[in-house]
Amino acid sequence: MSVAILHHGEYVIASIQSDLSDREVMALRDDLANRVGERRARGLIVDVAALDVIDSFVARALRTIAETTQMRGAETVIVGIQPDVAIAMVQFRLNLEPLRAALDLDEGIQILDRLLHRGSPDAR
Amino acid sequence: MEARASEGTKVPITAPAVDPELLHELVDHLRQNREALREEWVRRITEAKLLSVMEPDEIFSEVTAVYDNYVTALETGSVETLQEYARDLSERIIPRGVETDEVLGIVLLLRDVLARSLFVNYERDQRDPDLLHRILDSYEPAANSIAVTVGVSFVDERERIIREQQEAIRELSTPVLQVRERLLILPIIGVLDSARARQLTEQLLGAIRDNRARVVVIDVTGVATIDMTVANHLVQAVEAARLMGASAILTGLSSGIAQTLVDLGLDLGSIQTVGDLQGGLEEAERLLATSAPPADEASARLSR
Repeated sequence: MSVAILHHGEYVIASIQSDLSDREVMALRDDLANRVGERRARGLIVDVAALDVIDSFVARALRTIAETTQMRGAETVIVGIQPDVAIAMVQFRLNLEPLRAALDLDEGIQILDRLLHRGSPDAR
Repeated sequence: MEARASEGTKVPITAPAVDPELLHELVDHLRQNREALREEWVRRITEAKLLSVMEPDEIFSEVTAVYDNYVTALETGSVETLQEYARDLSERIIPRGVETDEVLGIVLLLRDVLARSLFVNYERDQRDPDLLHRILDSYEPAANSIAVTVGVSFVDERERIIREQQEAIRELSTPVLQVRERLLILPIIGVLDSARARQLTEQLLGAIRDNRARVVVIDVTGVATIDMTVANHLVQAVEAARLMGASAILTGLSSGIAQTLVDLGLDLGSIQTVGDLQGGLEEAERLLATSAPPADEASARLSR
C-alpha cells in the first residue's frame, strides 16, 4: 500500500504517497484506528500533499478516520491539501468539518502540540 | 501588438471593381480641387460642431492627411494605408474623448463633400450626359468601403484600449500582501465577477502556501456591490483557505452590502467578519498570538 506510516513521539503520521483506491482508503482507515489504539497515540496527522484529487469518498473516509481515532483518544489533523485540490473540494461542496487542516507537517505538529498541551479542542 | 494584426483581417479591404479610366478622371478631379474641397470639408465639420475637443489648426492638419489618404485609397483601391492611418489617428483622439459618431460623421461628411463636387463638375458635361452616373458608380462603392474602414478601425482601436484597460485593472486589483509573518491581506477593489473571483481564490491559495500564512484578512471595502454569486465565491475562497490551514477574516462589508446579504438570505455564519480593515488586523493579530507556540495565558482567550 502506498501509505507511509511513521511514529513520532505520541503522534502517528500517515503520509499518503499516491492516489488510493476505495479499498485502500478503507484499509487505511482500519489500520490507523488500530495503530492509534496500540501505540496509545494522542495525535494523528494525515498528509495528503501527494493527492491530486480528494473526492467525496476520500473526504468522507478522512472524516471517519478522525471520528474513529478521536474515540480512541487521538486528535486528527489533515495536512498538505494543495491549492487546486482545495478549490475543487470547495466547488464540489466537500468539506472536512469538523476536521482540522494545516498547511504542512510542521504546522500540523504545532497544532497538535497546542491542542494537547492546552486541552482546548477548539483551537485552530 | 499582435492583437492589432489579427484584427486587421476583419476589415473588408477588397476594392470594388471600377473602370480604371473613370477612376483616373475622378482622382484627377479631386487632386486638382484639393484646396477648395478640403476647406469645404473643414467648414462642414466646424458647422456640424464635430471634433469640438480639437483645435482648428489641429483639425486642419488631420483633415489634410485624411483627405490625401482618402484620395490615395480611391486611386489604388487599397485601404490599407488609410486603415493604418485611421488606427493611428484613433489612438491619438480616443483618449481626448472623441466619440464614434463624430468619427463616422466626419468621414461621411467628406464623402458628401466629394460627391457634391463631382456632381457639380460633371452635371453639365455636354459631351457625355451619362458620365456623371458612371463617375458616381465608381465613386460610391469605393467611398463607402473607405467609410466602413475608418469606422471599423476606430471601433477596433477603441475595443483594444478597453481590453488593455480591463487587463490592467485585473492585474492591479488583486494583490495579496504580506503584512507580517503568517499574516496576509487581500484587498479587493472593483467589480468581482466569476472569472476574477476564481483567479483571486487561486492567487490567495498560492500565497498562503508560499508565505505559510495562518491568517488572511480579505478586505472588501473597495467592492461596490456584492450579489449572491460573488458572495458564494467569497465563501468558497474562505473555505478553501481553511482547507489549507489558514483562517480568513472578512472586513469592510458596508452597511448596504450587509443589508443585501441579509435580504438574500445568505449564510455567512461560517465566516468571521469584522467591521473594518483595522479591526480585522487586530483580530488577526489575536489569532496569531494564540496560535503561537503554547502559552497558558493565551489559551484562555482562544475559546470563543
